[in-house]
Amino acid sequence: MNTELIGIIAQIVLMVALAWPLGKYISKVYKGEKNWSDFMNPLENSLYKICGIDSKEEMNWKHFLKALLTLNFFLFLWGMLLLVCQSWLPLNPDGNSSQSFHQAFNTSISFLVNCDLQHYSGESGLTYFTQLFVVMLFQFITAATGMAAMAGIMRSMAAKSTKTIGNFWYFLVRSCTRVLLPLSLIVGFIIILQGTPMGFDGKMDITTLEGAKQTISQGPAAAIVAIKQLGTNGGGYFGANSAHPLENPSYLTNMVECISLLLIPMAMIFALGFNLKRKKLAYSIFAVMMFAFLVSTSINVYQEMHGNPRLGAMGITQHGGSMEGKEVRFGSGATALWSSATTVTSNGSVNGMHDSMMPLSGMTEMLNMQINSWFGGVGVGFLNYYVFIIITVFISGLMVGRTPELLGKKVEAREMKIATILALFHPFLILVGTALSAWMFVHASGYVAGEGGWLNNPGFHGLSEMFYEFTSSSANNGSGFEGLVDNTLFWNMSTGLVMILSRFIPIIGQVAIAGLLAKKKYIPEGAGTLKIDTATFGVMTFAVIFIIAALSFFPIQALSTIAEHLSL
Amino acid sequence: MKKDKSASLFQKEQVKESLKQSFVKLNPRIMIKNPIMFTVEVSTFTMLLVTLYSMGNASQGSFGYNLFVFIMLLLTLLFANFAEAIAEARGKAQTDSLRKTREDTPAKKIVNGKIVIVSSSTLKKGDIFICEAGDIIPSDGEITEGIASIDESAITGESAPVIRESGGDKSSITGGTKVLSDEIKVLVTTEPGESFLDKMIALVEGASRQKTPNEIALTILLAGFTLVFVIVCITLKPFGDYTGATLTIASLISLFVCLIPTTIGGLLSAIGIAGMDRALRANVITKSGKAVETAGDIDVLLLDKTGTITIGNRKATKFYPTQSNSMDVSFTDFVKYCMLSSASDDTPEGKSIIALGHENNLRMRDLDTTGARMVKFSAETKCSGINLADGTEIRKGAFETIRMMVEEAGNFFPQDTKQQVQSISKNGGTPLVVCINRKIAGVIELQDIIKPGIQERFERLRKMGVKTVMVTGDNPLTAKYIAEKAGVDDFIAEAKPEDKMNYIKKEQNAGKLVAMMGDGTNDAPALAQANVGVAMNSGTQAAKEAGNMVDLDNDPTKLIEIVEIGKQLLMTRGTLTTFSIANDVAKYFAIVPALFMIAIPELSALNIMHLHSPESAILSAVIFNAIIIPILIPLALRGVQYKPIGASDLLRRNLLIYGVGGVIAPFIGIKLIDLFIGLLF
Repeated sequence: MNTELIGIIAQIVLMVALAWPLGKYISKVYKGEKNWSDFMNPLENSLYKICGIDSKEEMNWKHFLKALLTLNFFLFLWGMLLLVCQSWLPLNPDGNSSQSFHQAFNTSISFLVNCDLQHYSGESGLTYFTQLFVVMLFQFITAATGMAAMAGIMRSMAAKSTKTIGNFWYFLVRSCTRVLLPLSLIVGFIIILQGTPMGFDGKMDITTLEGAKQTISQGPAAAIVAIKQLGTNGGGYFGANSAHPLENPSYLTNMVECISLLLIPMAMIFALGFNLKRKKLAYSIFAVMMFAFLVSTSINVYQEMHGNPRLGAMGITQHGGSMEGKEVRFGSGATALWSSATTVTSNGSVNGMHDSMMPLSGMTEMLNMQINSWFGGVGVGFLNYYVFIIITVFISGLMVGRTPELLGKKVEAREMKIATILALFHPFLILVGTALSAWMFVHASGYVAGEGGWLNNPGFHGLSEMFYEFTSSSANNGSGFEGLVDNTLFWNMSTGLVMILSRFIPIIGQVAIAGLLAKKKYIPEGAGTLKIDTATFGVMTFAVIFIIAALSFFPIQALSTIAEHLSL
Repeated sequence: MKKDKSASLFQKEQVKESLKQSFVKLNPRIMIKNPIMFTVEVSTFTMLLVTLYSMGNASQGSFGYNLFVFIMLLLTLLFANFAEAIAEARGKAQTDSLRKTREDTPAKKIVNGKIVIVSSSTLKKGDIFICEAGDIIPSDGEITEGIASIDESAITGESAPVIRESGGDKSSITGGTKVLSDEIKVLVTTEPGESFLDKMIALVEGASRQKTPNEIALTILLAGFTLVFVIVCITLKPFGDYTGATLTIASLISLFVCLIPTTIGGLLSAIGIAGMDRALRANVITKSGKAVETAGDIDVLLLDKTGTITIGNRKATKFYPTQSNSMDVSFTDFVKYCMLSSASDDTPEGKSIIALGHENNLRMRDLDTTGARMVKFSAETKCSGINLADGTEIRKGAFETIRMMVEEAGNFFPQDTKQQVQSISKNGGTPLVVCINRKIAGVIELQDIIKPGIQERFERLRKMGVKTVMVTGDNPLTAKYIAEKAGVDDFIAEAKPEDKMNYIKKEQNAGKLVAMMGDGTNDAPALAQANVGVAMNSGTQAAKEAGNMVDLDNDPTKLIEIVEIGKQLLMTRGTLTTFSIANDVAKYFAIVPALFMIAIPELSALNIMHLHSPESAILSAVIFNAIIIPILIPLALRGVQYKPIGASDLLRRNLLIYGVGGVIAPFIGIKLIDLFIGLLF
């Protein structure tokens, strides 16, 4: 068998094999059960003490959200301040300048919302100080925020009837100290061994083999690369992200980083099963997500490894598949896998240029992000799936002649209202954003020309580039079709707005649904109850999710990626 | 007002009236109550303007094409209105026959002790009137004096007259029924226009129809889908501009109307009305649509044993004289004694003892009762019997009562009778011990007769996930036996009225929904506590007030039908929603290539149905979208069939039929319509 395919299969098998025990462990962490990481207790307790937090206080869903939003608001201000002042702050050996206001707005939001859309290049756009105290700090805290929200929802799902859903700070701190930090240390250590830099020296001046002079950026990269992969962040240390040889030096680091992409998102689903003591439910959810992931991976692998028909027509042999925008040390297969893994999760790191991939690969990447609930971002991926479970429970409950219930709680008008808004909010942001940019491109060409013309590619692919940018922003993914000239006022402000709305509105809604359901009376399961851990229900959920996305995006996909594919 | 299941769904006058209503309902103020169809109305109006514009300017497509789209959209609206109107008309036809009974009848009102003839419509709550043999009762009320036999066939369709009397649980009478004998004094209990029937009529006719919680939640979801398609269609314009495709308003509006869930949106209120109508056809008056819906969710069903599980009352089935030496009594003598003891006992049990005696060839007239004194059952003695002229005292009663009486007199209780008593109890019978001069003579076995076919009904309920509970005054042994034999899941033995209440509360605290049926005033608190309380029409006013449904047939097994009606109602909504959304897949494949095929020839690869032309593709989709509504009206009115096969299997079944079917059907339908249109152009 083809070694590239063996590599792909090995990575997928390893992800699942590692995620299962990790899920079991995460469940224990949130439940506060005894485990090996209890040596962190003194550290955590002193942290609570310093911040004046009572980690034992049980919060209702409103208090929980208040804590979450307050923290995020102050982080945003912190990020803005540091980014516009970074040239005067220490740890700036290369003398990089401060970010403009609108770029700082975009960057601060982008990292705050776990999106990591980057309208700058790490080598020149940030300093070591902001890399560490904005980028890396946010990458830990925002990943932990999503995980904490899911922990709260798990608490509400597990309880029979409760007003409280746990303590936000407790979940947040434990996510950092006991999950993200240890895993980051392991991943960071492996990639340092393989050659990723970790230091505070400025640019290196080297002479290449041909005798040319070159300056190479370096810095505290390994620490950031590890958490960017694990926390579904995706914001690369270097502009080229994990395609950069120092960020992702070898096939081994590529495997480690690619596994890290899906490790925690997968583990969170297993954690759900252990936490609720409903393993069958977790497995059925996992099966649906895995199915979607495998289908999208297969499409991309097939598309990329078969090369570009236009080049084939010119008589060029493409043994390695379509290699435009890809690294020779990984090959087209590994990049195809990564492109699928980074879009099913809301990670957004890349090891090749998505803009150069085949149109149908672009379509699956966008579809993954438009659905945004196949594994998804750490914690928040399941939250998105949870909204679709509510909708599916509702429709299928009616279909079997019973008022719909989710785990013994009646789903009624109020929850449906929130779930409907959330399910439609994501397509709304993407479509309206893309429509606005397409409209401006045609009708306000003067303004667009003033911003550098935006598009490097005309036609269907140009529409894909704008479509991808809003999709990625709204999915809090952060990858891009980089042919788009995106560091402009329009793109910084519009995507900044989309990112912040698409992060916090869903979290607020999802936690609210969970809180509302938690308060309701528990109805024990009976013979007439519709079970949600069956294959039938899984298929139904898949159909609901897929159909909502397909119905929302089919016309524009037809005009961008599908039209491009058909014209190849 | 009898059930008539063979009646056709569409009757001529109803259709005529509904057609008229279809136009009346186009009024935007009525339309806005249904947000999905309201957007269709706005679209239709827009198309009217576009059609007028295209008379002089072809930039928005030809006049004929625009006109056709406009007509199809208008038809979509009319079809949806028709669905609602026909459901209302059918409901109205039901209520009209009820209303006939409400027509003005003269009432003999008592004013200051004198009888004054007034019109029934002037009767107010608190008035008192008199009814004599042959009178039509002018209003609902409660008998305060007298007893009468009443013909209730106008309401129930049951021709056998019923007895109603003052006091107790049989005091309630319904307006429109006829007094056959005797005279009664009646207190009016409802204001004019507020009786159950009036409420039901208003409910079906739409005046006071409120959306049920499930309906509201579903409307929210459907409105959400509508909203997303608003965005999809509006944003398509700039995307079209970018790619250089010109999109006409007609094509965008067609796409929009095809995508939004018009099928379920158009049929939603018809489904709700049809649910109440089906309840009415089953002779059940519901006080709200919500009650019908709740019935579908019932987890626990409380059923009275007598009349529901067993036929009427217990019957004597066998005599067992004692074999003990102390009391030498032959079988024939024992039967005679038993019959004598029941000579004046007109309880159903007493009568059945006499009847069983007849089967043993003994006649009452052969027995000498001259000079005998009857002893009626009383609460203190807890037994009944007779004192014969020769001084012989015969008593019959429950085992404990008679045992105490016998043992107090210093006599012993024979072993064989004691065993007989136990074995009767164990077999679900009720032992009635007979003693003569305070010596045990033997025991009579009374048995309950379980209704034929009741086991199957309980089995069906079990498959639906409904737990059945039998409520009985019997002792636990008897209750257990009957419960097992009839196949109920649980029983409440020696039940007092508060036991029902406590049981309901206990189940509700565990999160269950409980339904019960009752007729007596002492059932009223439990009826009010139950999530679905069905009062019998023959029951007291208090019971009828407390429940949320009234069963005109007084048939205790009706609850089972009500549960199925509730489930059908929800299922019909769910399956048609799925069908409606699933249809969109095919509509996309018809319309999207049609929109862009000219500007982007590559996209004709998406025209997998090979439709004739862009115009024919769009028209076919719009036509399909319109005619699917009338095609599904019969399903909406009759309801999706409920099969008690378990929730997961049911979901799989409905998903296959309405989900997968919903994806495939429009591909076929649109292609066929397109072939037809292709012939025309």
